Amino acid sequence: MTFLRDALLVAGKDLRIERRSRVALQQIVPFGGIVVMLFAFALDSDRTLLRQAAPGLFWAAVLLAVLLAVGRSFSIEEANRARDGLRLSGLDGGSIFLGKAAAVAVELFLLEVIVGAAVVVLYDVSIRGVVVLLCAAVAATLGLAATGTVYGVLAGGLRARETLVPLLVLPAVMPVMLGATRSFQAALDGTPGDAWPWVQLLIAFAVLAVTAGTVAFGPLLEEA
Amino acid sequence: MLGRFPALAGADLEVDTGEVVLLSGPNGAGKTTLLRLCAGLLALRAGEAEVLGVDLAVEPRRVRRAVALVGHETFCYDDLTVAENVRFVARSTGHTTADADGALEQVGLARVMNVAHGRLSQGQRRRLSLANALARKPLLLLLDEPHAGLDEHGREVLEEVVRAAPGAGCTVLLASHELDLARRLATREVRIVAGQVHPMPVAPAPTAPAAQAAPVEPELEART
Repeated sequence: MTFLRDALLVAGKDLRIERRSRVALQQIVPFGGIVVMLFAFALDSDRTLLRQAAPGLFWAAVLLAVLLAVGRSFSIEEANRARDGLRLSGLDGGSIFLGKAAAVAVELFLLEVIVGAAVVVLYDVSIRGVVVLLCAAVAATLGLAATGTVYGVLAGGLRARETLVPLLVLPAVMPVMLGATRSFQAALDGTPGDAWPWVQLLIAFAVLAVTAGTVAFGPLLEEA
Repeated sequence: MLGRFPALAGADLEVDTGEVVLLSGPNGAGKTTLLRLCAGLLALRAGEAEVLGVDLAVEPRRVRRAVALVGHETFCYDDLTVAENVRFVARSTGHTTADADGALEQVGLARVMNVAHGRLSQGQRRRLSLANALARKPLLLLLDEPHAGLDEHGREVLEEVVRAAPGAGCTVLLASHELDLARRLATREVRIVAGQVHPMPVAPAPTAPAAQAAPVEPELEART
């Protein structure tokens, strides 16, 4: 219980900071929206192609926003050496990881709802297979948040953090991009049965990322 | 190690419970390094360090929960208020909101408890650091240049805190260049030069009540 309480404490702290600073709402969410809009402009002449590519474009926008969310999550720990304060607290590294990953996941869910609405409007997409979409989104978001948080702390203490995080995170989350895009594609095509293997892949990835992060975060926090 | 150079090679220091030990010495001598080492923020490359009877190399988290470091940085979050910062520290170290609020009262920051850390003056930030330390109810208080940035009232508060520490079973390690002020508080002075610890031949004025603490087994021992 202490472990979960500590995780909630860290998540609450990060979300309170985001609510106060409004970086997620005023910068990260608009960024995702702009990416989706740019794709719409680029492919506007071919509405059919835009509809077909909608799942991939949506997750590409989410993926790029993940980089900003993770960067923000760890930049707040660098100011005033707050990271040292976290270490001094004696909190378990696993609970810090779960808290920070949960806060990033909440921000991503918010982003996905808003960017998803933009995709429906701009790309003229009809929503089908809601259960599959929800399951895939939850699993993919957890996988992305957990992976981003692990690499975020790894690069946290480095001067080249801003450029290193994308190099580390993007290749690592390729399975999420693939699974999320394929499952969304199948759901929107009206063949949700084809989506479940991809959803299972997303769930497996999320479980692996959360487990690995819980174990590895403490030592990474010490070394970074 | 600082870069390729050993920071505290050959340093040997033992401190008893309830002592207020002044660490003096020139810039770059290793005072801050020693304090960060005692806080469990730096890993030993060689030698051994025991803080509060706990081997730092084996159980750094246990040590961190029992010590408090007031350093050059506040370890706080700019977007959280004064109260939110101290309450986070208190709750993350197993203490209560009441402990946090009591610490704010003690350092005279209660009237700005709803002001964001980012809007505080330098002196208020130093007091907030002290409040963070008090909210943890530490057994070992590590003060790194604690007088810097404090106004007269702030210095009085600091002196009260340090003088009261031994009575609460708290040991204090104090690094300072403001020797006149620090010697008024210290029960013993050691000079650190190039990473070596040199006991001062003349004890500082015995104005602090620390000597009343009963002699106990050495609680802090650092040999590198």
